[in-house]
Amino acid sequence: MGLAVLSLCYLIGSVTFIVGLKMLSHPRTARRGNLVAAAGMGIAIVGTIFLYQTEDGTRLHNYGWIFSGLIIGGIIGTVLARKVKMTAMPEMVSLFNGMGGLCAALISVNEFEHLTHADPLLFVAAALFSGQNLLLHVFIILAGLVIGSISFSGSMIALGKLAGKIGVWRFQGQQVLNISVLVITLLLAVGLLTQDAFFNGWVFGLIMLLALVYGILFVMPIGGADMPVVISVLNSCTGIAAACGGFLYDNQVMLTGGILVGSAGAILTVLMCKAMNRSLKNVLLGSFGGVKSGQAA
Amino acid sequence: MGSLLQFLHDHLEMAYIVVLSVFLGVEVISRVPSVLHTPLMSGANAIHGVVIIGAIIVMGQASPDNYFALIIGFLAVIVGTLNVVGGFVVTDRMLDMFRTRKKKTDLQENRNG
Repeated sequence: MGLAVLSLCYLIGSVTFIVGLKMLSHPRTARRGNLVAAAGMGIAIVGTIFLYQTEDGTRLHNYGWIFSGLIIGGIIGTVLARKVKMTAMPEMVSLFNGMGGLCAALISVNEFEHLTHADPLLFVAAALFSGQNLLLHVFIILAGLVIGSISFSGSMIALGKLAGKIGVWRFQGQQVLNISVLVITLLLAVGLLTQDAFFNGWVFGLIMLLALVYGILFVMPIGGADMPVVISVLNSCTGIAAACGGFLYDNQVMLTGGILVGSAGAILTVLMCKAMNRSLKNVLLGSFGGVKSGQAA
Repeated sequence: MGSLLQFLHDHLEMAYIVVLSVFLGVEVISRVPSVLHTPLMSGANAIHGVVIIGAIIVMGQASPDNYFALIIGFLAVIVGTLNVVGGFVVTDRMLDMFRTRKKKTDLQENRNG
């Protein structure tokens, strides 16, 4: 009974996200659309807290922690969002986007800890998952970790740039460095997936660290005026990171919400670039063009 | 390869959700006026705060004597809530700004007319 109601909550949540997003794209209905999506989110969250149970029927515990987290986050979020000056709104969007990315990364950290904490590791893991499914499970954890971390650190740099606290930082061979960091991160992730020797917390931590560094490096060379496009890209990334959580817990509302934001964010990025009369490649990788034209001038 | 196909078969419902959601996201957004770009981004930002549900599940399943899991889960719940609450409130404020400005121009138009 409880689970059936929870499924209904998730269905309502998914539908409100779609309807809300649709209403948000028309000037007249935009504000109501936002409220519709917020209501759906509320239903999904309350449903999860009180009705969620695992396959073997155990319910959630640690209610004290959950509610104090919700209250602390809720108060800080409301105060920040209400007090901020109108001109600093994009910075807030960037901040909250980063928080979503961090949340996805922390979920992955906890899930990985859960996998390795169980001792002896492989025996328990094998009991939980049959071979390939464990591989996919870890793959999804890693995807959430890497994408979430990049989104978090990138958003923080974007926030600093919008506030005018961080300047543009460019040097020769920057793209080469950026791509190498990303490649090393991905290679380590592949190593963790395929080599038993790599399957430990240190490698996992190193992957997270490198992903955070990549997020910083990725945003550093881009100028402050292009930040809205960058935030839109990172927004799309966080959506995908949230969808990873959906795969992890077989959770339809996280999957729908995450993928919806991922694809809508991608299209929105393209539209924003068009409105600025520039190509996305130009914005994200065009720093060298900027340097060259600067030198030429 | 066979196991991947088997996985896809076992999670067919999820595969459908992913594919259809991608099309839906593209379709829903494709005709948006450029003034609404930033509020829409902000609204989408709030919606991906749905990741909070994962944080709640992680927090609720952590064993009470595993302090590492408890602290990480607690942090995840806090930042997730920040994303959801802050995201929706900021979007609401942004759109409120639009509405008041629009009303003023309407009034001016009425006066002029």
